[in-house]
Amino acid sequence: MTDPASDPHDELPASVVALIDQPQYPVTADFDVERSYAYNTLAATQNANPLLWDDDVAADLADGPIMPPTTISLWMRPHYWQPGAAGEQVALQVHFDLKATFDLPEAVMTDNTITFHEPVRPGDRISHAQVLRSVSPPKTTKLGSGRFWVIDVEFRNQHDVLVGVERYTGFGYRRAS
Amino acid sequence: MTAPTPTLTLGSVAVGSTLPELAVDVTATTVVLGAIASRDWRPMHHDYKFATERNGVRDIFLNTPNQAAWFERYLTDWSGPHGRVGSMTFRMRDSIFPDDRMVFSGTVSAVAVDEAGCGWATVDITLAVGDRTCSTCTARVALPTDPDDNPWARRGDAWRP
Repeated sequence: MTDPASDPHDELPASVVALIDQPQYPVTADFDVERSYAYNTLAATQNANPLLWDDDVAADLADGPIMPPTTISLWMRPHYWQPGAAGEQVALQVHFDLKATFDLPEAVMTDNTITFHEPVRPGDRISHAQVLRSVSPPKTTKLGSGRFWVIDVEFRNQHDVLVGVERYTGFGYRRAS
Repeated sequence: MTAPTPTLTLGSVAVGSTLPELAVDVTATTVVLGAIASRDWRPMHHDYKFATERNGVRDIFLNTPNQAAWFERYLTDWSGPHGRVGSMTFRMRDSIFPDDRMVFSGTVSAVAVDEAGCGWATVDITLAVGDRTCSTCTARVALPTDPDDNPWARRGDAWRP
């Protein structure tokens, strides 16, 4: 894929321009960070790092257990279903809003940047907000025609301490008929 | 087990140093396990029909957070537990499917000590399947500057990822 998002906002709908650089969907997770779920990531990647498995190592190096750093977004992803929820529960709502706004039925992520700050620990409760940074003009790739967009997500723990920042570049597209 | 002596310190790393390759045979289980582990319920990571008929790709494929986790594993296999990843940026150029053999390779492209005294190695990683470069990643990893240094002890302004 080519042509990551740029930001010539002048040709975008005013409703989209108004969202750029504005925090959206601020939310606090409705569950605590817990170790057993993190083990799924370690198992999925066959990651034997003793810092993440051995409490003595974790105590000596990191003042206690920490979560695998790259699980940062895991702690904000909604359950597939929960009481009272309607429709598909999605993790990055701004991404899906843009698909709907531009009537682009398919989408993939092309780029991801993660910056790791304070470690996430068992028992933490993570909050985040999503910020749309840019939307590209129409582009065509081998997947189809659509637009790239860049979304930042900032994660904080229950002490309002920054634990990480993620930047996603997504490509919403319609397949060639 | 108590914390081992650092397996890698900044002084033992130089620009051009290479990381050992890691090869993994990807199965449908690899893809689905990674997606579920990252709570990613989107169907292109577990539903063959959706991936092929809606997304237009040849099979279900590895999801973004799981690729990040694979990069983390690759980096800390090399650095040992003292290594602390500060940041990673990766671009997914092509998808990784079941029956692919994915191969990680990496080269150190920069070595530095920041103003807070933290030692950093920048590593450029290629994730390839045969001749296909599927993803490229640049990561900054904090390494001990000496055997008594511990990047995980850094807090606040002493940690500048």
